[in-house]
Amino acid sequence: MAYSEKVLDHYENPRNVGSMDKNDASVGTGMVGAPACGDVMKLQIKVNAQGVIEDAKFKTYGCGSAIASSSLLTEWVKGKTLDEARQIKNSQIAEELALPPVKIHCSVLAEDAIKAAISDYQAKQGTDSASKSA
Amino acid sequence: MTVKTPIYFDYSATTPVDERVAELMCRYLTREGGFGNAASRSHQFGWDAEAAIERAREQVAALVGADPKEIVFTSGATESDNLAIKGAAHFYQKKGKHLITVKTEHKAVLDSCRQLEREGFEVTYLEPLPSGLLDMDKFTAALRADTLLVSVMHVNNEIGVIQDIAKIGEICRARGVLLHVDAAQSAGKVPIDLETLPVDLMSFSAHKIYGPKGIGALYVRRKPRVRLEAQMHGGGHERGLRSGTLATHQIVGMGEAFHVAQEDMATETPRILGLRNRLWNGLKGMDEVYVNGDLDQRVAGNLNVSFNFVEGESLIMALKDIAVSSGSACTSASLEPSYVLRALGRNDELAHSSIRFTIGRYTTEAEVDYTIELVKSKVAKLRELSPLWEMHQDGIDLNSVQWAAH
Repeated sequence: MAYSEKVLDHYENPRNVGSMDKNDASVGTGMVGAPACGDVMKLQIKVNAQGVIEDAKFKTYGCGSAIASSSLLTEWVKGKTLDEARQIKNSQIAEELALPPVKIHCSVLAEDAIKAAISDYQAKQGTDSASKSA
Repeated sequence: MTVKTPIYFDYSATTPVDERVAELMCRYLTREGGFGNAASRSHQFGWDAEAAIERAREQVAALVGADPKEIVFTSGATESDNLAIKGAAHFYQKKGKHLITVKTEHKAVLDSCRQLEREGFEVTYLEPLPSGLLDMDKFTAALRADTLLVSVMHVNNEIGVIQDIAKIGEICRARGVLLHVDAAQSAGKVPIDLETLPVDLMSFSAHKIYGPKGIGALYVRRKPRVRLEAQMHGGGHERGLRSGTLATHQIVGMGEAFHVAQEDMATETPRILGLRNRLWNGLKGMDEVYVNGDLDQRVAGNLNVSFNFVEGESLIMALKDIAVSSGSACTSASLEPSYVLRALGRNDELAHSSIRFTIGRYTTEAEVDYTIELVKSKVAKLRELSPLWEMHQDGIDLNSVQWAAH
């Protein structure tokens, strides 16, 4: 299967791989997917007092497109406010990485991951506005 | 130590044509060569082609201990499977309408059975043991008075396990049931002697043993005689079982490939087994690696390994210097993990994490050593990326996690 150059770049040089302390109040963690389906994404964000994402880290079990989708997402969310980050759509990720139709679910998973991380952060802060949709 | 990449480790998918075979095939194409139609009985061109084909038929038969008259040339093992299963079912349907096969069979067998189900036949798909081998008790219990055919492959294409076809054949004989064996992956690699084996129908392929693609054969036993209904109608070639002008160059190639295999098997098999053991010895020290399928009852060239917590497709991407296939069929359009590994009871993570290495005639020690180092470093890299590996390292049981399936 032919991967786009951007997928290969993210796959070979993934950005922001790692983990943050999930018990830190300023860290939001989103873990989505299932091993049975062949993809699990863990996305973590560190949010400052102004509600801006200062740092983001990911780990992904999945195909090259899933790894690239989550790597790209960590780049995009850094410096964004939570509201801005929540606006990121899977279609933007799919377009940027030129994902083929069979790999669209990887970008959907990435969108789910950032939404889950934001909800987790907000639940910790007691501003639990989005947790229901997580 | 240098090796040329990409390195071919996919000999179960197909093999390169042996130079000796290719050279011979070229002599049956052009006007200088034996291009004639073997069915032309009225001139030298036809007689020459026929002689070449009959020689090839003898070579194919010789490797497997059959009579040349029992060999029917087809387009490949898929067609042989279709002809054997549908042909026998159609011919013997008055005797019964039940067939037995195994869930780990090749799609050519499974899909032929599905077609028969649509026509009103009943098929039992047996679950193998976790080793991939057939559970003889379950098999015997599945036989019915109206069972007409059993189809069990000799060597599995994904996990390489060798089924005990002699035992299965004995049980079938005792019950008067026909046995078909898909031997596409075993001919030339595992000794086969149809003179003693109680097998009625056996499928062969040329391109799995250094012959050309597009040619195969079906063994159809003469004593006791097995009857089939043809699936391809026309000029009545191959004793009416398979019409269509015989592809002289392909058949000659298959014959030569089987001949070379017969000559070389005794030295080639131990060499390949040595390389397979070298590969496994190099990998087995890693954390969380598992061989899929029985390691002892296994064809020499196959190693199917799951690297837990690493997803197969991303591993194949990382291993672009070596040509392997993923047990998880992600590389095809479907995202399902391998149905073969599922049938062994492997959990989804392990089924998604499997890589099939198949070694063959041209594999070298240097290639194996290069592969061991490559796999170790790439698996380590992907595990650094894997949240499942991290959880495993933290002592979390992944089975206890509530996953949101998608």
